[in-house]
Amino acid sequence: MAEKKRIDEPTGTETVGHEWDGIEELDTPMPRWWLWTFYITIVWAIGYTVLYPAWPMLNSATAGVIGWSSRGQLDKEMKAEQDRTAPIRTAIDATPIEELSSRPELIKAAIAGGQAAFKVHCVQCHGSGAAGSKGYPNLNDDDWLWGGDIATIHYTLIHGIRQPEHDLTRFSQMPAFGRDGILQPAEIADVTAYVRTISGQQPANAASNRGSAVFAANCVACHNADGKGNRALGAPNLTDAIWLYGGDAAAITQTVTNSRYGVMPAWGARLDPTTVKMLAAYVHSLGGGEALPAATNAAAAAASTADAGNTQEVNVAAK
Amino acid sequence: MSQQNKVPEVEEELHLYAKRKAVYPKAVDGIFRRLKWLIMAVTLTIYYVTPWLRWDRGRYAPDQAVLVDLAHRRFFMFSIEIWPHEFYYVAGLLIMAGIGLFLLTSAVGRAWCGYACPQTVWTDLFVHVERFIDGDRNAQIKLANASWGPEKIAKRLLKHAIWLLIAVMTGGAWIFYFADAPTLLHSFVRGDAPFIAYATVGVLTATTYTFGGIMREQVCIYMCPWPRIQTAMMDEKSLAVTYKDWRGEPRSRGVKKALEDGLQTGDCIDCNQCVQVCPTGIDIREGPQIGCITCALCIDACDKVMSQIGKPRGLIDYITLLDAEEEAKGHPRMAIRKRLFRPRTLIYFTIWAAIGAAMLFSLGQRTRIDISVLKDRNPVFVTLSDGAIRNAFTVKIRNMEARPRQVEIGLLGIDSAKIWAEPGERDTAQRTVKLLVPPDSVSKTRIYAVSDAKAPAREEFSFTVRALDKEGGSDSEKVIFDRPEGQ
Repeated sequence: MAEKKRIDEPTGTETVGHEWDGIEELDTPMPRWWLWTFYITIVWAIGYTVLYPAWPMLNSATAGVIGWSSRGQLDKEMKAEQDRTAPIRTAIDATPIEELSSRPELIKAAIAGGQAAFKVHCVQCHGSGAAGSKGYPNLNDDDWLWGGDIATIHYTLIHGIRQPEHDLTRFSQMPAFGRDGILQPAEIADVTAYVRTISGQQPANAASNRGSAVFAANCVACHNADGKGNRALGAPNLTDAIWLYGGDAAAITQTVTNSRYGVMPAWGARLDPTTVKMLAAYVHSLGGGEALPAATNAAAAAASTADAGNTQEVNVAAK
Repeated sequence: MSQQNKVPEVEEELHLYAKRKAVYPKAVDGIFRRLKWLIMAVTLTIYYVTPWLRWDRGRYAPDQAVLVDLAHRRFFMFSIEIWPHEFYYVAGLLIMAGIGLFLLTSAVGRAWCGYACPQTVWTDLFVHVERFIDGDRNAQIKLANASWGPEKIAKRLLKHAIWLLIAVMTGGAWIFYFADAPTLLHSFVRGDAPFIAYATVGVLTATTYTFGGIMREQVCIYMCPWPRIQTAMMDEKSLAVTYKDWRGEPRSRGVKKALEDGLQTGDCIDCNQCVQVCPTGIDIREGPQIGCITCALCIDACDKVMSQIGKPRGLIDYITLLDAEEEAKGHPRMAIRKRLFRPRTLIYFTIWAAIGAAMLFSLGQRTRIDISVLKDRNPVFVTLSDGAIRNAFTVKIRNMEARPRQVEIGLLGIDSAKIWAEPGERDTAQRTVKLLVPPDSVSKTRIYAVSDAKAPAREEFSFTVRALDKEGGSDSEKVIFDRPEGQ
């Protein structure tokens, strides 16, 4: 198209030189403020690419002269958060677990911290609401295999359950009565009926009466004559409504035949002591936490860090 | 008019931007000027003094009569305390203010603009300061045209200093509504008040100085949306400042000479007083216009002139469009009663009064204690070793009075259920739990409820709260008790 640039008279503005059916286009200049804003953004962009990581290179990008990085910023924020919580963590660290509950500001922080740590380390087995599932105990209820006071929970957390090569771990082992041929299938059926009777799930009958004798001969050593178990040995109470692996006949038969062997890591070896302490506080706060046995305070304090036997004797004695 | 409509000559440059013509309003006295003084005194007094009024609410609540406590989310207004969830009272007040403005506008026109709008009040104040220092209109024009010398510099410095002082005080007064005034004043002067306090004063100082001292009528004419909205409220029965052209025209400067020449003359002697006193710099004789804020100073000015030349007052007057037409034809005006009580004003008034009455009623009915319950959802229930089912709830009790209150949380429904509060034990479970709720606060308690397993999987019941003091008060909230299916 022919270049016919001219000054448009009414507006005094130059045209772009195109013409369609007598219609021309004005070449109105950009508003000044717009132009300056544009120039400023260019200057800004140059400064930005110099100061911050920007230009892609073969393996990475230019680092930027002020050395900012998103990882660095995260580190800084994490550090700031650690500094913020450091005093209360130190205080929790310095307070024996038995005395934590009597320090309102500490127990509150410990429960909150424990809840956060629980979401990271514990929910995989115990669930996000700590309600557990088959084989993984519900931590909200009032039934505890090894004891539910805060010091005992703390000990269980530190040393874990059935950790090989760890002397202080919580350890118990029920024989696989069926698989190892200790009991015949008929006897297992009888003792299953008996267990379901003492736990109130079915009325007594001939099978359960026969099972009573089987129970007395094979089970009372750990589960006690009354079937209420023994926390010192981690033997569950068979008369209550809570069943880790199920209380129906099939599940009990399975348990008696093949035994069970649930494990939990020794958190003392994986997490720092403060976090473990906070986890104990959180688990204890879920509604089933028990009071510390009255006879123990100094003794339990020593025992919780000493060997398992002592702690459990003390606990049993207090029951 | 014809002059403005003529086609501009080619050489004349057209601009989208018209430079402001300086307005030097002349001093005037009269009934409306005095009314404006009075309203200015009342509104400014309310604004500056209110934060300093005290109101005893006991030891647990602030003693400032009007306090918008944003930090603690409380709004105090004399004997009324408003919590965030009751913010609809504030919304209701704002709606009432809006509809009140509609009512006012439909009845008496732009009275808000002319008398009570902060822009008008502060501009008026700034104009008076200017007049006090520079003199009246003529002296001001002379000074503006004078070359810069010691006197002009001194006067300008003084004027702007006083303006800034007023502006600082205006911005300063605002912040006292949001914190304890004496305390904030001390820390403000000491320099350790929160940054936001200084920032607020800074911004309001700038806006007051700019709007009141420099922009003035431009705010009303170009910036304010209200004159545009106002047009929808007004009709031919709304009051407006009107120049009665049927009486004033044709204008004549030399009445005697015109009479000698046998020409007809109106009452207007074209003395221009109405233009000179106008704070927005308009000529009311050109008819109703957006620049007219109906401050009525031109009425005062014209009335004075009319009395001097022995003519009846009211050549410029408050009059409705309808009355103006009637009066031009020589008919009497409409009765004030008929003019004020018409469907438009009555409907506005009814809405306004209904909102007010509804708010007063609900204010009288509101309880100052309430309960809200949040049920644990993970897990929804816990089976206990004896087979009973436990549900956990987070119970919030709101004590909206400025004193600690002993309350009792109880259950309504599920006869077998018992509750205990953390950190209690199940052995202590009962049908009720007693709590001491701190003054003017929300207490959050975790409550466990335990009930038999042999019952429906979902059972509805209520948590209740009851104040144990003699004033009483209670509330309840329905929740669900969950149990495992198929028990």
